[in-house]
Amino acid sequence: MRATPAADAAVPVRSLGGLDASTRDLLSTVDKGRRRKDRVMTGLVWLAFLLAAAPLVSLLWTVLHNGMTKFNGYFLLHSMRNVSGGMDAGGAYHAIVGTLLITLGAAVISVPIGLLAAIYLVEYGKGHLARAVTFFVDIMTGIPSIVAGLFAFAVFAIFFGPGVRLGVMGSVALALLMTPVVVRSCEEMLRLVPNELREAAYALGVPKWLTIVKVVLRTAVAGITTGVLLAVARVIGETAPLLIAVGTTASINFDLFSGRMMTLPVFIYDQYHQGPARCAPNATNCLVSINLDRAWAAALTLLLIVVILNLVGRLVTRLFAPKLR
Amino acid sequence: MFRWAATGSGVLLLLVLAAVAVFLVVKGWAAFTASDATLQTEGNLPAGVGNLAEYIGPLIFGTLVAAALALAMATPVAVGIALFVSHYAPRRIAGAVGFVIDLLAAIPSVVFGLWGAQLLAPRIAPLWQWVADVLSAIPGVTVTATATGRSMATTALVLAIMILPIITAVSREVFKQTPRLHEEAALALGATRWEVIRTAVLPFGRSGVISAAMLGLGRALGETMAVLMVLSTSTGAGISFQIFDSGVLQTIAANIAAKFPDSSGLAVNTLIATGLALFVITMAVNMVARWIVSRRHDFSGAN
Repeated sequence: MRATPAADAAVPVRSLGGLDASTRDLLSTVDKGRRRKDRVMTGLVWLAFLLAAAPLVSLLWTVLHNGMTKFNGYFLLHSMRNVSGGMDAGGAYHAIVGTLLITLGAAVISVPIGLLAAIYLVEYGKGHLARAVTFFVDIMTGIPSIVAGLFAFAVFAIFFGPGVRLGVMGSVALALLMTPVVVRSCEEMLRLVPNELREAAYALGVPKWLTIVKVVLRTAVAGITTGVLLAVARVIGETAPLLIAVGTTASINFDLFSGRMMTLPVFIYDQYHQGPARCAPNATNCLVSINLDRAWAAALTLLLIVVILNLVGRLVTRLFAPKLR
Repeated sequence: MFRWAATGSGVLLLLVLAAVAVFLVVKGWAAFTASDATLQTEGNLPAGVGNLAEYIGPLIFGTLVAAALALAMATPVAVGIALFVSHYAPRRIAGAVGFVIDLLAAIPSVVFGLWGAQLLAPRIAPLWQWVADVLSAIPGVTVTATATGRSMATTALVLAIMILPIITAVSREVFKQTPRLHEEAALALGATRWEVIRTAVLPFGRSGVISAAMLGLGRALGETMAVLMVLSTSTGAGISFQIFDSGVLQTIAANIAAKFPDSSGLAVNTLIATGLALFVITMAVNMVARWIVSRRHDFSGAN
C-alpha cells in the first residue's frame, strides 16, 4: 500500500496504455516537501522500532553472558546456608523452591476466584454490579506491586503481630496482583465460546450451571490454561511485595506457613545489594565478584522460567484449542 | 448455588480492593495521629524532616518526576512502534515486533534493575555529563551530573523501557480500529502515508493514546525494583531538579522497599502511610485512564 500523489485532473493523459515519462515525472516531482516529510516520518517510525529492540537485545545478551559464569547444576541444587564472605560456593536452590511454592500458592488462591468472577461477568453479569466489577478489575491491574506487599503485611500483622514474615503472605500479595489478570484473560476466552453451543445444551434441557461446567469451560479450557500460565509468568518475577512480606533467608524452607522464605527475584536483589565481596589479600577460596555473579545467574534462571512458562502457555493454545468449524 | 458462587467472586474482588484501602489506612493511622516529636524519634524520619507532610512531599515529587520523565521518553517511541506495527511494517515483521514487545513485557523488573544499574548506568553517564555541560552553558543555569550514572535520568530511561509495552499495546489496538474508509478517503485525496496517519489515524486514536499513556504512567509511578536498584539512594529525599545528579530525589515505592526490611514500630506505620499516598495517586491515574478507555465503546481492553 504505497501512497503516491494522485493524478491532478488537469494533467492530460496522452497515451491510453499508461503514463508516459513526462507525466510520471510531473506526478512524482510535485511537492517535494510533502514527499520528504513522508520519508522522514517513515525513518522515524523505523527508528522507534530499533530503539525498542536495542535495550531488549542488550539485556538478553548481558543476562546470558554474565549469567553463564555461575549457572550450572551446583548453583541450581545448593542453598546459601553456611556461605559467607566471598566464598565461591552457594546457589539458588532455596530461592527456586520458594519462588515455585509461593507462586503456586498465589495461583491456588487466585485461579478459582478469578475464574468464577470471569464466569459471573460472561454468563450471569448484568447491570450496575457487572459494570462495577469490570471497571474495578481493570483498576486492580494497576495496583502497584509494593502496595500489594504492604497490604499482605498489614493483614497478617494485625492477626500475628508486626514482625511476621511468612511464605503465604507472599502468596496473598501475588494473588492480589494476579487475580485481575486471570479474570481478564478468562473473560476473553469465555466470550470466544460460541453461543450456539450454549443454546444446544439448553435445548437438551441441561441446567445453566451444568452447561457452564460441561460445555463452556470444557471448550475454553485451553485458552484458560494459557491465560493462567501467562498470569503466573507475570507475577513470578515480582520482587517488591516478596521483599516486604516474605523477607530473606539463606536456608531451604518448604513450609509456606512458617518462617521466612527466599525467592528468586529477592535473591537477585539481595545478592546485588551485597555488592562486591571483601577478600583478604591472600585468600584462596574468595571471589570479589561472587555476589554479582550469583545475581546474574539467578537472573538467568528466572528469565528461563518466565520464557518456559510463556512458551508452554502458547503451545497449550496451539495444541489443545478446539477446532471450531 | 453455582450462580451465587460466581456472583460472590465478583463481589469479593470489589471487597478486596476496598480492603486494600482499609488495611492501609488502619496500619498507617498511627503515623497520621502521632505528634511530630514522636515521629521524629520513633518514626525514623530522616534528619531535618519535621513532620509527615515534609517527609511525603519530596517523595511524591520524586515519584512524579521519575514517572513524568519516563512517560515523556516512552510515549513518542511507543506511538512510533504502534504505527510501525499497524501501518508501516510488512506483515511478517509486524509479527516479530509484537513478539519483541511481548518479551519486553515479560522480563521481570528486578532483571531490568540489574541491567540498568550494572550495564546501562556506567555507559550512559558520559552522555548525561555532556548534556549537563551543554545545559550549564546557558547563563544562570548550573546542571550537575553524577559520574556513576545512577541518576534520576537513567532511572527514568529504564522505567521508559519498562512501560513501552503497555503503551504500545493499547495504542496499536486503537490505531488498528481506524475506519478503513477514512484512510482510503485520505489516500484518494492524494495524501502521502504520513498525511494519512496525521489526518485520519492520529485524530481517531488520540483519546486511546492518552489513556495508554496514563496506564503507562500508573505503571511508572508504582515501579519499585528498577528505581531501587538504579537510583543511588540517599539518607533523605528532597526536592530538586538536578535529574542528572544522584542522592537527592527518591520515589515512594523505592523508599518503602529500601527501608521496610529494617523498620519496626512507628517507622513501619510511616512507610505504610507513604504507601497509602502512592495507592491513592495510582488509583486516581488508572481510574481516569480506564474511564477514557471505557468511553470508547468497542474497545477491547489493554491486557
